[in-house]
This record gives sequence, C-alpha cells and structure tokens, in this order.
Amino acid sequence: MQEVIDTAKRLLSDGTVNRVAGWKAGEFPYDVTPAVFTTVEEIDNGFIYNDFCAPNLSKYLIKESHKEGKILVFLKPCDTYSFNQLLKEHRILRENVYIVGVPCTGKVDIGTVRAMGIKGITDMESDGENVTIHTLYGDKVVPKTETLGDKCRTCKSKKHVIYDELIGEDGEVNNDGARFELVEKLEKMTPDERFEFWRGELSKCIRCNACRNVCPACSCENCVFDNPGSGIQQRAATDSFEENMFHLIRSFHVAGRCTDCGECTRVCPQNIPLHLINRKYIKDINVFYGEYQAGEDVMSRAPLNAYTFTDCEPGIVYERGGNE
Amino acid sequence: MHRIGVFVCHCGTNIAATVDVKAVAEAALNETGVVFSADYQYMCSEAGQTLVQDTIKEHKLTGVVVCSCSPRMHEATFRKAAAKAGLNSYMVEIANIREQCSWIHKDMMSGTEKAVILMRAAVAKVKLNAPLTPGQTPVTKRALVIGGGIAGIQTALDIAEAGFDVDIVEKQPTIGGKMTQIDKTFPTLDCASCILTPKMVDCAQNEKIHIYSYSEVESVTGFVGNFTVKIKRKARYIDEKKCTGCGECIEKCPMKKVPNEFNLGLDNRKAIYIPFAQAVPKVATIDSNYCIKLKTGKCGLCSTVCGAGAIDYTQQDTIIEEKYGAIVAATGYNPINIEKFDEFAYSQSPDVITSLELERLMNAAGPSNGTLVRPSYLSNQHDPEAHPHTIVFVQCVGSRSTECRKGSKEYCSKICCMYTAKHAMLIREKYPDTDVYVFYIDVRTPGKLFDEFYRRAVEQYGVHYIKGMVGKVAPKADGKLNVQASDLISNEQLHIDADLVVLATAIEPDKSARSIGTMLTASMDTNDFFTEAHPKLRPVESPTAGVFLSGVAQGPKDIPETVTQASAAAAKVIGILVKDQLTGNPCVAHSDELMCNGCSACEKVCPYGAITYSDKEFRQPDRTVAIRRVASVNPAVCQGCGACTVACPSGAMDLKGFSNQQIMAEVDAICR
Repeated sequence: MQEVIDTAKRLLSDGTVNRVAGWKAGEFPYDVTPAVFTTVEEIDNGFIYNDFCAPNLSKYLIKESHKEGKILVFLKPCDTYSFNQLLKEHRILRENVYIVGVPCTGKVDIGTVRAMGIKGITDMESDGENVTIHTLYGDKVVPKTETLGDKCRTCKSKKHVIYDELIGEDGEVNNDGARFELVEKLEKMTPDERFEFWRGELSKCIRCNACRNVCPACSCENCVFDNPGSGIQQRAATDSFEENMFHLIRSFHVAGRCTDCGECTRVCPQNIPLHLINRKYIKDINVFYGEYQAGEDVMSRAPLNAYTFTDCEPGIVYERGGNE
Repeated sequence: MHRIGVFVCHCGTNIAATVDVKAVAEAALNETGVVFSADYQYMCSEAGQTLVQDTIKEHKLTGVVVCSCSPRMHEATFRKAAAKAGLNSYMVEIANIREQCSWIHKDMMSGTEKAVILMRAAVAKVKLNAPLTPGQTPVTKRALVIGGGIAGIQTALDIAEAGFDVDIVEKQPTIGGKMTQIDKTFPTLDCASCILTPKMVDCAQNEKIHIYSYSEVESVTGFVGNFTVKIKRKARYIDEKKCTGCGECIEKCPMKKVPNEFNLGLDNRKAIYIPFAQAVPKVATIDSNYCIKLKTGKCGLCSTVCGAGAIDYTQQDTIIEEKYGAIVAATGYNPINIEKFDEFAYSQSPDVITSLELERLMNAAGPSNGTLVRPSYLSNQHDPEAHPHTIVFVQCVGSRSTECRKGSKEYCSKICCMYTAKHAMLIREKYPDTDVYVFYIDVRTPGKLFDEFYRRAVEQYGVHYIKGMVGKVAPKADGKLNVQASDLISNEQLHIDADLVVLATAIEPDKSARSIGTMLTASMDTNDFFTEAHPKLRPVESPTAGVFLSGVAQGPKDIPETVTQASAAAAKVIGILVKDQLTGNPCVAHSDELMCNGCSACEKVCPYGAITYSDKEFRQPDRTVAIRRVASVNPAVCQGCGACTVACPSGAMDLKGFSNQQIMAEVDAICR
C-alpha cells in the first residue's frame, strides 16, 4: 500500500520521527517480519504493507519508545488495543511515539492455508479479494476470507482506539460475540472431554516460548519462568502435566490485560489455539464483572484490579462451575 | 541446616479426641529438618511454653511449629515464648489442627491424617521463614467518633476527659441521636432530656471535643494510629459561627409544610429549622429540599430578619481532612420500615403507631405537648373523642421473625419489652380510665431492676399482659381499630376495639453503617451490625485494629448498656492514644525492583495507599543505564493484606512472612 510507505517517508524526512517501525519481507514472502527503518532508502528497499503483515508492533515500543527520539509506528485497529494497554501499564512513553493507524481487512494466516491441505507452498500473493498460492504442484486461487485465522475471521474491532494520524476511514467495533463461539463450544463439553481436548492440544507444545515472546501482555522485565527466585522456574520441566500448566499459568498472568490480539496462536509453530484460553477468561470477566475490553481506553480500572459493590460473589462463580 | 521443633497440643480433648496427637508428633520426625517433636496437654500453659523454650535452647532450634488452635488465638503467645528463648518471633509457625481439623472431623483416622498434612505444610513453610523485626509508627493523638448519639457522646466525653482531642461527626444538624426523641427512660422513669442534654452541653463546651454536625464521613484511609479521614460538611446555608440560635428566622419562614422528622412526621416544621430547643449546636439549618429561596430564587425572608447575618444561600458542601489515631463507630439504629406488615394496618390508620411515635406523643415537647391523643385527632385535640380509652401494644413487630418477609429480623430487638412496660405503666399512671393490653411472645426483662419494673406494670398498674400475637388490626368505620388476637394461655380468640395500637417495631442498624463499615474495613454480620473482634473477650473492638464499636451499631442494647459500652470503647481508644509509638507488623509487602514492570497494578489494589512509584536508574547487562518506573512500599503504611502480591503480574511484589515461595511450599507439602 503506497500511502503507508509515503507516510513513512514523509514523517521521516520532515523530522517528525527518526525511526519507523513497520514490516519487511521475511524468509518467505508470506512470512513478514517486524522491522525498524532509519532512512528513506531503507524504506524504499524493504518496507512492505500487505495482507500478510499480521505482526502486532505494539510490544516493540516498550524498548523502542525509551530510545532517543521519536519513533513512527503503524498500528492496525487490533494493535491499538495492545498499545493502549501497555500505555495504561506505563510501559510505553507516549511522547516518543507517533502512531499512524492503518486500515486492515484481515490478514492471511499461513496455518489456515496449510489446514486446507495445501502443501509445498513456494509463494503467496493477495489482491485483497483472492489469494494466489503458488505451490510445487501448481497454483491455487482461494478467496481471502477463507484464508483468515480465527482471530481475523471473528475480528473484534475495525476501530483505532488511539492514533495521531489515520490512513483511510476508521471502522466500527464489532460486538456480535462471534469471537466467543469456539469458547462456547468448549464450555458445552463435559469436564472430561475438555480436559482431553486441552491435554491433546497442549501436549503438542514444544516449549519454544514463541507465544510468550510475542505476547504484548507478556512483557515482564523478568518472566517468572526465567527467574530462579520465583520457585517455579523449572516446574514445567518436571512432567508433561506441569508442562501443560505453563500455558494456564501464562494465561492467568495476562488475564484482564489480554486484549485478544491473537498473536499467541498466530506464532505457534504447533498450531495450538492458545487464544481460546484467553478468550474464555475475557468471556468470564464480561459475564461476572460486566463488559470489559482491555486496551479500549487508558483510564478505566480493569475488573480484576478493582473492587466494587456490584462485583459478583465468588459463590456465583463456583456455582456456575459446579453446574456444568 | 534446619533444626525444627514440632510441638503438638492436645488442647485437653479438644484436639486429642479426634486427632492422634502422638501419631502427629511421630510423623513430624519423618520430615527433613525436624530434629525434635513432642506432644503435650496444653501447649499454651506455662509448662507447655517452658517446654518450647527449653527445647529451643537445648536443641538449638532454628524454627518452631506448634500444632494447636487457630493462630488468632495463640500465635502471639508462642511468638513471645520463642523470643524469650532467643529465637526470632517470626520463626514460629502455627498449624491449626483444632478449628481447621479436630473440631470439624468426627473420625480419628481422617482427623489424624489431616493434622499430619497441616503439620507438614507448616514445617515446609517455616523452612523458608526469615527473621523479621517489627517497625514503630507514631500515633496521631486524636480520636474520631462517628455518630453523635448517646453512645458517641459518652465515648467522646470519656476520651476528652483523659486529655485527648476528639471529633464527633454527626449527620443530623444536632447531636443527641435517638435519645433526644425519647420521653422517659426505664427503669427509673427519669426524663431522657434531663439526663441527656447536660451531656450534650458538656460536649459543646469541652475544648477537647469538636462537633462536626450535619456532616458525614466521606472516606477513610490509613491504619491504626494514623487514619486520614475526609469529612463532608453538608451545606446548611448558615454560618455556624455567626448564628445565635435566636429562632427569628424560623418564626418568619413562610414554608410551613415540611414533615418534621424529629416528631416522626406527626407534625410539620419550617424549611429553616432547629430540630428541638436543646439542640447542640444550637444553629439553624435550611432544608434545601423545601426552601423557597434555594428552589426558586425568590423569598430570602430569613436573611432579612437575621440580625447576625448568618444566612448564606451560596454555601456549598465542603470536604475537610483530618488525621486520627483511632476511630469509634457509633452509628446507631432506626426502627425498621413496617409498611410491609399490612396486617397491623400501619399505613391505613394514623392511630396505628410505632413505639417511637408514641414517645413523641407523650413528650411535653412533642406535637401534642405531652397529652396522649389519638393521632387522628392531633389537629383537634379538644374533641372528647381524642382521648384514647383502649390501647393495644403489640410486641415483636418484625423482631424474632422466622418468616422471610422483607425487613423482618431474626434477632430480638432487646429494648421493646422494657419500653412497652414503661409506656403501659406511664399511660395507666396518667390516665387511670384507660385499658391497656400488651400482646407478647415472651416477656424478656433480665437486668438490674428490670423484672421488678415489669412486675410493677402488671401488679401495680393492672396492665393486661396477654401471651399471644395479634393476627389483624382492622380500621372500622367509626374510627376504632378492631384488634383480632389469640390468647394462648386461655386458648381464646379475642376481639378488642382499640383507640390506639402501638407497635413495638424492630430496630436495625442505621443505613449508613454499611458504607462506613466498608470505609473502615470493619467486618459486619448479615444484619449489618458491626462484628466485634471476639464476642466475649473483645466486645468493643472491631477486628480491624484501631476501630472500636459503641452502642447499637454493634447489636441491640438499651441506654445503660450503651453507655457502659461507650465508656469501654473510650478506654480502648485511650489505650492507643496514650502511646507515642505503635509496634507495627513486620509481615509487609516489598517490591523487587529488578523484576518490577512499573505497571501500577499493585498501586491500584492497595487499600492503604502504601505503594508509590518512582523512576530509578538501573545498570543494564550491557553496562548502559536504563531508567525504569518501579514500585516501592511504605512499610509503616502497609498492613500486609497481600492484595498487591496477587495483582502483580511479574511476581515482583511479595509479602514478608507469607512469600509466594512459602505458600507454594505449603501447597506442595499438602499435595505431596
């Protein structure tokens, strides 16, 4: 998208910023990588913005915003929620960031494409409507809507909740609840079925830590899983059950702060639907403490960090668990 | 090397009957680090404590686990004992094998198994204990009394008597509370005003006492010795310093149709008013809901006639902030709303009244100037029909109720039997031509000179006491009230044509108690009465340190009992204010700055405002310096509640004495 590149060059040349956070091609054209550009030449040579630019750039600003000078960042609607949440947690220096909101119609998810049974992928391109997939066995054309991951298929918002400048028209928040459909399916399972489901999914985990490293909420100075002082550092290595617990502990740590950006599932090399654990908590928080969207604003108190007279009693939470 | 001693208490048969204490002591020796274990009949006794102390010295113990009752009971005892033997107090852990084990198990096998598990958890925890030293905090030598009824007044007077400053916050325009509305007091029948108003005046004149009338507590922060309280002074549109209480303004105020709450709506007052003649402070108040000037901008008569120039229509609510060392909750009570009790026809007939309304009808300063009249004839008091001949009292209206009707109470309101006997006796004394019936479930009159008082009503004054409840009160066309009731002793149904029916209405804590309880973090029971720290041994203390209870706020009680409790609460307050320093709790939170993300989650959940953030420089692994925002805890303000440790996403916040690692070790020991 030329407008994005033009904006980047303009703001860099006029001195508004001294760096640009964006995307560049990775090892494969569909495997886009976040990158920081410091000159117009670098942008000309490497900057891209297309239907494969899924990575959420918000988390990189924790480090980048503390560096010298102002940085330009391009944020998709869902990325602005992560940015706001980090701002609320005092992790980003707002004055050192210039945000340009970019429109998004959903990003192609390589996992979804592979799940269609398409093998030997050598290249992919998208014209916005259709995705052309080049494979060792010939080309395939698939409508883009079919290549979206669960995150984009049930997109929570096309609205930028924070920006300095906007490219294109701003969209609307989507409250149709579609993003909780898979969670509801899991809730309908018996506890044994659910246990089997998650044991099956989580036992695929190879503990590569990609989910943790990409997660904007997982931005602790020193992660408990890396910290010998925490007393749980090596627990995940004890047995397969403890290893599965890694994901549950991680999801509890981000509960109430997770904006549902879906990066965990996107980067998982084992295709574990990790975002469903977070969405279950988001759904429960909505049910028990009233609708709440982390990152929607900077000022509001998160339900799990606030005590009010209208908070539901723990008994109600237990009762519901007991009825299932 | 750990050298841990485990001491298992029998607590007589309290523990030993359902827990094999010898087996627990033996099992303790299997735990790594345990070098000694013993069981003893009463570990808290002097002999038991000596055993602990001797063992600490002899075996050079590094940690002690006492398997006994709840730590609330004797943790302090064993900590003190350990300290005397040279072991840091905080190297002692209690395994509660009584309340959490022997008392709830019937079977020796399962009781013992659980006791062993609890012991194991405590041993696992004590291994991670570190010696702690409590800090000292200064005490603000000023007390706050919330509520200016007889409870609050007595508490304030006693605290002031000891030489400490004390503030009374009263939401009404005057102090005095419910007692000002009462006519005579049992069992001596002296007039309530005559004994109360001198105390009110004492309060006003005592230079140690400051009265914030027409004010409410807005917020409370801090902790024992160092509370900070915001008090909202509601706009009364009068300059309290200028008003002389002459009453000229009231005389001239054209707005006459305001229900007079002091007389429970039996008559009207003006929009500018002084609740009653002996009010303290004797200062007028403008009722903004009715004042013509405040509502429409026209009128302003009061301001024209006020010689002192005290009227100020522009006054606003103001908030003042004050520091206190201790707080007394004396928030009092109200009769319950009985409109839901249709059978007594309270909302249908003006001649069905509550006992408090009767007090006003019998009071010389009341709407009928002390003549007992049927309220339906209040505007026509000289009518021969105005005088009631047959009066029926109904006891326990809304008290001792087993039904779930909204507003009714399970408890006994305690004061009704006595004041009904008083009412019946006073009426029979003054109007011998009356027939007075009292319907009761039981008559409860324990207390000095109380039963004698009740017997006098029956024997000397011929009041008809009938055991049984009134089923229905039906207003008749001629204005009489048909009372249908059962006499349980003669097993008869009764129909009485009464002129006046008086309902002994249940009392409940004032509605403000709940929010004040929340501000004070003082616990309350299901009826919104404040809970005492111990029902028998600490009856005037709230479980929250520095918060004390006075009067009906804690439970139903009469005036003598209220005054007793008020003085007791004052004694407890003085016990704190007399100290220059209070020993703090060393089990406070602390933040590991290297792990802190600066997210403010802890700051948001801290109920004491103990956490602050600041930017600090940190040397990075690559030898550069980074500035990060990190939390720090003020140990003098932290109360060790632990809310921050659970809110902290990175685990940087931890609680001394209850560290995440210690709790994890306990859970591991239990699950082993």
